[in-house]
Amino acid sequence: MENKNISPLLEVRDLHVEVEGKEVIKGIDLALYGGAKLALMGPNGSGKSSLSMALMGHPGYKVKSGSIILDGNDITGLSPDKRAKVGLFLAMQNPVSVPGVSVANFLRAIMKAKRGEEVPIREFREMLVKAMGLLEMERSFANRYVNDGFSGGEKKKLELLQMVLLNPKVAVVDEIDSGLDVDALKIVADGVNRITGENNAFLLITHYRRILDYIRPDGVVVLMEGRIVASGGPELINQIDRQGYDWLSAKTA
Amino acid sequence: MRQPVKDIMVGDDYASKFGFSSPEEYYFRAPKKGLSHELVEMMSKMKKEPDWMREFRHKALDTFWAKPMPTWGNQEALGRIDFDDIYYYIKPIEQMGQTWDDVPEDIKHTFERLGIPEAERKFLSGVSAQYESETVYHSIRDEISKLGVIFLGMDSGLMEHEDIVRRFFGTLIPPTDNKFAALNSAVWSGGSFIYVPPGVHVDIPLQAYFRINAKNMGQFERTLIIADKGARVHYIEGCTAPVYSSSSLHSAVVELIALEDAYIRYTTIQNWSNNIYNLVTKRAIAYKNATVEWVDGNIGSMLTMKYPCVVLAGENARGEILSVAFGGTGQHQDAGAKVFHMAPRTSSTITSKSISKGGGRTTYRGWVKTTANAEDVRVSVKCDALILDPTSRSDTYPTMEIGNPKVRIEHEASVSKLSDDQLFYLMSRGLSENESRVLIVNGFIEQFVKELPMEYAVELNRLIELEMEGSVG
Repeated sequence: MENKNISPLLEVRDLHVEVEGKEVIKGIDLALYGGAKLALMGPNGSGKSSLSMALMGHPGYKVKSGSIILDGNDITGLSPDKRAKVGLFLAMQNPVSVPGVSVANFLRAIMKAKRGEEVPIREFREMLVKAMGLLEMERSFANRYVNDGFSGGEKKKLELLQMVLLNPKVAVVDEIDSGLDVDALKIVADGVNRITGENNAFLLITHYRRILDYIRPDGVVVLMEGRIVASGGPELINQIDRQGYDWLSAKTA
Repeated sequence: MRQPVKDIMVGDDYASKFGFSSPEEYYFRAPKKGLSHELVEMMSKMKKEPDWMREFRHKALDTFWAKPMPTWGNQEALGRIDFDDIYYYIKPIEQMGQTWDDVPEDIKHTFERLGIPEAERKFLSGVSAQYESETVYHSIRDEISKLGVIFLGMDSGLMEHEDIVRRFFGTLIPPTDNKFAALNSAVWSGGSFIYVPPGVHVDIPLQAYFRINAKNMGQFERTLIIADKGARVHYIEGCTAPVYSSSSLHSAVVELIALEDAYIRYTTIQNWSNNIYNLVTKRAIAYKNATVEWVDGNIGSMLTMKYPCVVLAGENARGEILSVAFGGTGQHQDAGAKVFHMAPRTSSTITSKSISKGGGRTTYRGWVKTTANAEDVRVSVKCDALILDPTSRSDTYPTMEIGNPKVRIEHEASVSKLSDDQLFYLMSRGLSENESRVLIVNGFIEQFVKELPMEYAVELNRLIELEMEGSVG
C-alpha cells in the first residue's frame, strides 16, 4: 500500500518526440501523483499539444527516446486503445466528428471497451443521466451525432462527459478553456474538481490563467520550445499572468 | 389456396411444384449447360405455362442473343461471363449434391457470428430445402389473404392469376430493355408475385418471407408487385447471411407498379458469395400521388450492376432510392439509381452510400431525367463514398437531363477517406482499431440502417463488423 502511494500515477522520463522528422519534445521529465492537478503552461507552439498527443500515442508523434509509465506500466510502445485501457485519457482540444454515431451509442461503446463487457442498458442510462447532470447538459444531447455540428463549448463538454464516465487514472486535458464562456467554464471546472480524488491525477494544458482560477492546480510547469523551462507552485501562474513568457525564453537560449 | 409456402420453395419439391408426371426421370437426366430454344420450350412446358408466356420466353431468348453487352459497368468482368457454361434452370437439390460439409468454412463461420439458428443455416446454405418455421409464414399469408392480398411465388402467380400477370408482366422492363433483362425473361423461375387490392393497407411488412426467400433468390428470379389505387405494401427480400451458390450468374428482374395514391416500399439486402455476378434490373412506376421507395443494400458478389429506377408518371408522384454498397476485396459494386420525371410536381430523392475496402471498388451511376412537361419538379441527389484504405476505389457518374427549366435540383457528392485522426480519437477512448473502423462505417450507413426493421438493422451492423474483419467470404 505504502509503495503504491508514493509511486507516481504518470511518469515521463527524458521523453523525445518527433513530428515529420522534426523534434518537438526535447527531453521532458514529469511525475504526477495521485490527487495532483498539474498545470502545463507555455506559449503557442511550445510543444504542449505535441506532448499530449505523444502521451496518448497518436501515430504522427513518434517517441524517439525516453519512456511513459502509467501506474507502473510502461505504455511507451502501446497503441492508443491499450493506453486508454491502462487508464489514460486525453480530452482533446479539437475532437473530430463521427457522423451517424449518436453520443449515447458512442458512450456505451467506449464504456463496453473499458469494462470488457456490455454495460446493462439501465445502468448505463443512470450513469449517463448523472454525468450529464453534473455537466449541466441537456438530455437531447445524447441523441446527437458525436461532435457533428457541435459548437466549441459542446465539444469540450462531450470530452468531459467521456472523462467522467471513463473515470481515468490520469487525464490530460488540452485547452479545455478555449471556446468556453465564463458560465460554461465554471461548469466544466466544477466537473473536473468533483471527479478529482486521491486515485487520479490531472495534467491541465493551457496558456491562459483563466481556467486556473476555477481549477486550482497544485503545481505548474512551463514548456518552451519542447523543454520544461520553469516549474513551481501556483504563484508561478500569477507571475506568467503579469509578465508573459518572455522572461523565461532567456532560459532556453 | 394450395400450399402457399411450398409454392415458392425451390428444391426437393421442384417436381410437385412444376407438376412433373415422372420426376425421377427428370432427376436422372444430366443437367445441360447453355441456352437453347429447346431448353426454353422444356421449361415452359414443365411449368405448364400459357402459350403467351412460352412465346414471350422464346422471343426474349432471340432478343438476348441479338443484344450487345452493356457498354457501362465493369467491361472486363462482364467479358469473362461464359454463357455456355451456365445452367439455366434450377436444379433439384439432390443434383446439387450439397452437404453441410461442402459449405465453405468462412460461410459457416459467418452464420455462427450472425447468430443464425442451426436449422436456418442449413437452409440458407442450400443443404436443406425445408425450414422449420414455415408455419409462421402460413399464418401471415392467411391473414393478408383475408384482405384480398395475393402473395405467391411468381410461377404460382402466373398459374392462378394469369389475367393480372398478363396485364403487367414485362410492361415496365420489356426483354428488349437490356441483355440481362432479356436473359431473365427467357429463363425466369421463382420470385414473388404480390397484388394489393384498392385501398388495402398491408400493415405488416412482408418481411417474414425474408428468410425463406433467401434460398429462393434463384438465378433468374422474377418479381412483380402491384399496389392498386390507394394500396400500401412493404416488401423485403434478401438476407444478411451470405447466399452461397455454385452458380455464378444471377440476373433478376423486379417490376413494381404503384397505381394512383398507392405506396410501395421494396427493401433488399443481399450478400452474395464472392464468385457471383449479380446483374439485376429493377424498375418501378408511380402514378398520380403514388410513392415508390427502393431501399437497397448490396454486400458481397464479384460484380453487382444494379440501378433501381422509378418512373414518375403522374402528378405529385414521389420516388426515393436509398442505397448502400460495400465493395470488399475482389468485389465491384456498380450501383446507383435512375429517376424519370414525366409529370408535373413530381419529386425524387436519391441517397447513395458506398464503402470500399481491401482493394474493393464501388461505382455510383445515376441518371435523372425530367421531360418537357414536367414542371415544378424537385430532385435531390446525394452520394457519399467512404474509402477505407489506399488500394480501394470509388467513382461517381451522375447524369442529369433536364427538359423543363422549372425544376429545383440539389446535388451533393462527397468522397471521404478514413482519417488517422478519426481512428486516433476513437482508439484513445479504448476502442480497438477494428472496433473504431466498424463504428465509423456504421455511422456512415446509419441513414440506411435506420430504415430497416430492427432485426435486420442489427444483423446488418453485425455483418459490417464481420466484413471489416475480412472474415466473410
